[in-house]
Amino acid sequence: MISKKRALVYLVILAAAVAVVWQYQNVPQVAGPTASVLHRGLLTDPESVDPHKARSVQAGVVLRDIGEGLLSYSPTGELVAGAAKEWSISDDGLVYTFHLREEARWSNGDPVTAQHFAFSLRRLVDPATAAFYSSMIADVVNARAIVAGEKPPSELGVEAVDDHTLVITLARPTPYLLSLLTSPSTFPVHPGSIAAHGDAFTRDGNLLSNGAYKLDSWEPGSVLALSRNEQYWNNAATAIDEVRHHVVTQEMTQLNRWRAGELDITDVVPPDSFAKVREEYSQELHVAPYLGVYYYGFNLTRPPFKDNPELREALSMAIDREVLVESITGRGEAPAYSWVPPGVDNYEPPRFDYADESQDERNAHARRLIAQAGYGAKNPLQIELRYNTSDTQQRIALAIQAMWKDVLGVETTLINEEFQVLLANVAAAEVTQVFFSSWIGDYNDAHTFLSLMESNNASNMPRYANPHFDSLMQDAARQVDPMLRRVFLEEAERELLADHPVIPLYFYVSKHLVSPKVVGWGDNVLDYHYSQHLSLAPAGATP
Amino acid sequence: MLRYALKRLLGAIPTLLLVIVLAFLMVHAAPGGPFDDARVLPPETRAALEAAYNLDAPVYRQFLDYLSNLARGDMGPSYRYRDHTVSELIGNAFPVSLKLGAMAMLLAVGVGVAAGTVAALRRNTMLDRIVMTFAMTGISIPVFVIAPVLVLFLAVKLQWLPAGWSGNEGMARFVLPVIALALPQVAYIARLTRASMIDVLASDFIRTARAQGLGTVAIVRYHALKPAMLPVLSYMGPAIAAILTGSVVVEEIFGIPGLGQFFVRGALNRDYTLVLGIVIFYATLVVLLNLVVDLMYGVIDPRIRRR
Repeated sequence: MISKKRALVYLVILAAAVAVVWQYQNVPQVAGPTASVLHRGLLTDPESVDPHKARSVQAGVVLRDIGEGLLSYSPTGELVAGAAKEWSISDDGLVYTFHLREEARWSNGDPVTAQHFAFSLRRLVDPATAAFYSSMIADVVNARAIVAGEKPPSELGVEAVDDHTLVITLARPTPYLLSLLTSPSTFPVHPGSIAAHGDAFTRDGNLLSNGAYKLDSWEPGSVLALSRNEQYWNNAATAIDEVRHHVVTQEMTQLNRWRAGELDITDVVPPDSFAKVREEYSQELHVAPYLGVYYYGFNLTRPPFKDNPELREALSMAIDREVLVESITGRGEAPAYSWVPPGVDNYEPPRFDYADESQDERNAHARRLIAQAGYGAKNPLQIELRYNTSDTQQRIALAIQAMWKDVLGVETTLINEEFQVLLANVAAAEVTQVFFSSWIGDYNDAHTFLSLMESNNASNMPRYANPHFDSLMQDAARQVDPMLRRVFLEEAERELLADHPVIPLYFYVSKHLVSPKVVGWGDNVLDYHYSQHLSLAPAGATP
Repeated sequence: MLRYALKRLLGAIPTLLLVIVLAFLMVHAAPGGPFDDARVLPPETRAALEAAYNLDAPVYRQFLDYLSNLARGDMGPSYRYRDHTVSELIGNAFPVSLKLGAMAMLLAVGVGVAAGTVAALRRNTMLDRIVMTFAMTGISIPVFVIAPVLVLFLAVKLQWLPAGWSGNEGMARFVLPVIALALPQVAYIARLTRASMIDVLASDFIRTARAQGLGTVAIVRYHALKPAMLPVLSYMGPAIAAILTGSVVVEEIFGIPGLGQFFVRGALNRDYTLVLGIVIFYATLVVLLNLVVDLMYGVIDPRIRRR
């Protein structure tokens, strides 16, 4: 009898609590009838709207709406002027002079000055900020020493000559600097606002923005509401009044919400529904090459893959990548025969030697190699393949397990782990043999991919260390002439491909569903889509 | 009574401490950390981040610091939501989860009892079979199947209701999640009610009431319903538990910013403080609820007060 009474009391308390909470429910603001509102899906919340504390791709999407760097990208991916209206580069490629727009304003009306940019770049490398992307501008004079805490941030090679002239001095020519300056981590923050509010400068109401939109509110796990920044220098060209970035972590929910008309643009398309979506919404589906590579890495610090490039090559060759991208992923991905994806500016990736062979020829070749390495029917190679728990990963791993078995007689044990566990194991390089990883380019240059394989790069997961490769990368870094630099980078990649520290499997594509009423969408390799470039067709104007 | 309450509150402290210790050790024992990514941080940056969040201290020190902050009501900053504190996130998320759960509970009891009673009264008719088939289906199909199907028909095809949470205002956005959450409980309660109602209706005192010429409605209302509700009331505890756990799934599917979603995301992101905060919050809630319940027993049942 007691337990029944207890249950009854529970109900009463619950009802009372609900009644109380109801009273305090906020009534959200509803947009005026004339405001045009764009609804975008976002796979996760940004870590922060502080450009120096953000990390994820999704944070970048939001930050590109509320901030603006010295440069920016057009809808089709060309570098264009941003907060700087023009710039010049010294003959030795080391000194960049930017002339800022005099009319550029923060959302409170303050002018955006060269001092603000200098302050922000120093803040980016200041160890006290602990920015995820502190090494983004490592080639600026003294940046590395500042990140390492050996020099004060004031020694950074940036100088505000006057309110509207910023000079950035590099330690070595870095032709992709302009591309870096479109990245949110190089966006300005308002020094006065930080002085006044400290860490709370990013909070609703405090955050000043120099981009086309300002952040009105952020409900974590739900929505970031942006509205037009009336002070933005190019406000007249901004068509959409309000942008809502809806945080929808489930890909399927994004699809459903898009189909129900609640989202205008999705962040992703769920893999399981891709074929159906392509059939039903061929006009609305946007699939474009993306600067990202899906790869399997070898643990080069331990047997059997240590000092065994032939064995690694055999495993790489025996994978039929055409089958992977057509039957397993099936979303328009390109099979990878190089490390750097195609579509990178001023670069033509070299390909594996075997790329021009048929799969049958590759298989025969691979069998010879694995036999040379001492494995055969009596002594099959036994390896472990680790990947993180996900349907796509699982299917790819199963397919590759079968290919290795069929072609080479390799016994592969599949081990799927939670993502954080996988990362920890890969980083430790103790239990891993073959593991899944991926890399998304930070800027449009081959360097963002190739530098990953330098022996001193912390994200070099296979622990690849080839002095010749490193020296080619160093040589490339010294070149002022972009053509010469490209020759060195391509040579470095050739060296890399010959060593097979990784098996590039395919290059990613970006996938979005875009409502027909959205005008101005452009596909580009960086998958950047600034809301300020978009507009909404009047209701009823579209089929 | 006050002494009793204080005694109970003090008695709850070791329980909570144990929960905190276990939760703290478990989140820290999980491989990986909040700042791990395929993009490895430069060691200096990593060190600076860990220093900023006190993660460079030995675990016991971290624990003591955490406890002393907690005692001051500070659950710390979230590692993943770097602009927000854990208290803020919980403060925003709890009302959402509470509303969702309470509505699902009310719906489950209301509809379940009504359907079960009707089925019992029309025992072995077509109506009974329809209700019971529905109930069996409701119990068998998991929430993660029901929810997408509901969305597909009611939100995508018919567009009667919103498919997601954000950007949709008012009550409409609660409808589908509440139904998805309540449906299995509706089904279970309907079956419980039917079985117990059939038992009660067959008992002597009901026959007597009937012999005295009372109508069916009056019999059910004044005589049968109360005794028939006993098994349903006993089921309330498990039902609340089921709705709590079910809300984790429903919140994920509909993108509802409730505690369940933050808990799952927090665990996946190794957001130590957020996970700990939610665990402690839930534990405190349970302890307090139990205390309130026991105090109210005293009000209801004089025998307890005397003890």
